[in-house]
Amino acid sequence: MKFVDEFKSNDYSKRLVENLQTISTHKLNIMEVCGTHTMAIFRYGIRDVLPANVNLISGPGCPVCVTPQSYIDTALELSSRKDVIIATFGDMMKVPGRRGSLLKKKAEGSDIRIVYSPMDCLTIAAQNPTKQIVFLAVGFETTAPMTALTAIEARETGLNNLFFFTAHKIVPPVMEALVQDKDINLDGFLLPGNVSAIIGTEPYEFLSKDFKIPGVVTGFEPVDILQALNTLVSLINKKDYRIVNDYKRVVKTDGNSKAKEYLNKAFNIVDSNWRGIGKVAKSGLEFNRQFEEFDALKHFEINYEEYDGGSGCRCGEILKGKINPTQCPLFKKLCTPENPVGSCMVSSEGTCAAYFRYYKEPEKMEA
Amino acid sequence: MSAITLSHGSGGTQTNQLINDLFFKYFSNDILNQMNDAAQIVIDFKRLAFTTDSFVVNPIFFKGGNIGKLAVCGTVNDLAVSGAKPLYLTSAFIIEEGFPLADLETIVKSMAEEAKKSGVKIVAGDTKVVEKGNVDGLYINTSGIGMIYENVNINCANALPGDVIIVNGTLGDHGMTILCERNSLGFEGDLISDCACLNSLVDCMLETYDGIHVIRDATRGGVAAVLNEISDFSHVTIALEEDLLPIKEEVKGAAEMLGLDPLYIANEGKLCAFVPKAQAEQVLQAMRKHPLGANAAIIGRVTEELGKKVYLNTVVGGQRIVDMPSGILLPRIC
Repeated sequence: MKFVDEFKSNDYSKRLVENLQTISTHKLNIMEVCGTHTMAIFRYGIRDVLPANVNLISGPGCPVCVTPQSYIDTALELSSRKDVIIATFGDMMKVPGRRGSLLKKKAEGSDIRIVYSPMDCLTIAAQNPTKQIVFLAVGFETTAPMTALTAIEARETGLNNLFFFTAHKIVPPVMEALVQDKDINLDGFLLPGNVSAIIGTEPYEFLSKDFKIPGVVTGFEPVDILQALNTLVSLINKKDYRIVNDYKRVVKTDGNSKAKEYLNKAFNIVDSNWRGIGKVAKSGLEFNRQFEEFDALKHFEINYEEYDGGSGCRCGEILKGKINPTQCPLFKKLCTPENPVGSCMVSSEGTCAAYFRYYKEPEKMEA
Repeated sequence: MSAITLSHGSGGTQTNQLINDLFFKYFSNDILNQMNDAAQIVIDFKRLAFTTDSFVVNPIFFKGGNIGKLAVCGTVNDLAVSGAKPLYLTSAFIIEEGFPLADLETIVKSMAEEAKKSGVKIVAGDTKVVEKGNVDGLYINTSGIGMIYENVNINCANALPGDVIIVNGTLGDHGMTILCERNSLGFEGDLISDCACLNSLVDCMLETYDGIHVIRDATRGGVAAVLNEISDFSHVTIALEEDLLPIKEEVKGAAEMLGLDPLYIANEGKLCAFVPKAQAEQVLQAMRKHPLGANAAIIGRVTEELGKKVYLNTVVGGQRIVDMPSGILLPRIC
């Protein structure tokens, strides 16, 4: 893990900042699609050192934030069943449904376990043969291959008590929906290195070909982000609308063929609802016929209808980058990390959570 | 909130709310309200430090220690960072039916070893056994009492502008070791808990300079929680320097992967000291000569700014707020 420090290097990042100041000659709207980028940008104070005319907009790339409220409510219902163990990634625990959250359900006695990988569910299922294990399968291309692989392994080992409540989503289609939205004017994209490690760079080419918007794939260290912003601003200046991979140490042009193979083996691509954004064509993953026995909704015969929270929060506009969190009337008042109203406040990678923790009022930034 | 959740035990905002809204409502008094690691009490003109702590760590055995070693170190450290010489401990065991006797002996033996090393006697105890399922293996409570050194006045309200903040080594080792072992994350490398009694280190710091303003051990909630408490009680602004934070490569790597920040991860053998600038170098050098302070480092300072806040100057030249931790540490999805 020696690599980490090289990419936080002080002198080099200062040179990158200086260069960016020189080349940023006009106002630019750049969207970082991924929540991990949003968090890193705040964590390292990158907004403080950017030229005033580079406007970073946080996009919809936080899996928890775009999961509809109906999903949480159904997960809560499942967790109430005595014979069910819910396995979930940590950041789902606090997401508010209509009646409480998984954290509250756990406090009330439901068996809910935080896992770091869906593969952990194989052990839980084997150790609890009288229980039915439901994994809350959310996340983008980064986590979906592991869900697929877990189902494949469960089949090979003959486990019959492991199910998946799937809400996996894929990133490029929602980007297409964003660039088609006439209210959003984007000059370029910072593209997520983790997603790209799976899918490669080809799925973003439509940005360049159909919309004349360049994008740069990059990692999550400060130097990665500053380097990518330099590349992106140069591309925009030259009207060179290419998709460039600045994260070659991790991302190959054609991605990870093994991971893609798992995805293809287990899933079909379907239309999917994104919280606050609505239905996006071909942006979700659902088990195909060969794997439908693992589908929790089918197994528990749940008639699942999707709906969003009617909470009055403006998560939708925030996820699309139309407003920033400080413009939402609930922000910091009714909606805080301790008592989140909207999902963008829940996940540590949500835009509102990032703004809540790290955003400084402009006048204080001078101090 | 109508019921207790795990967030109430994580040492951050919710823990403080519970303490303020419930415990202080009924227990409030001049000593408790100071919220120091140990209560500072006066009996017969003698200043004593008095504290208690319960240990529920899972796994019970981990790399670098076990629940017993932790139970002795935790209480000894609370006394030591109050500027006291730790003297006597009590120890109470709540044991789950079926707990292996051999494991219990290993734990008790390591408590005895740690007590001997730190020069305290375990002078009273209690044992309870509960039905299977009522506790998770074994819980231990220890209480401790110590004599506060003459001329030493350490209090979390004593930090002053100009103070330099020193830690005695790398941050987040204990919490990250536990997190990885609990979840069998299988990271390669040498993650090992820093669990250790710090009283001899504190002694050597106070021998060098007995006017140190604040010392706190950075346990639950990590350095971030402790510094926020000190900023709050002392009404000061604290500035940290990201490139000065000592963090092991393996802790940094695991934290990157899990989306966690080492500033918020628990330590069991780390303290933060607030030392006036003029004496800082002297104290730092003394710490570095002690085995538990070999990697001691200055990580920041108390600024002249008004207001109570903690911020970090980042490696790229930006700034970010380091706020009080809130909720439980939830690893992210991707």
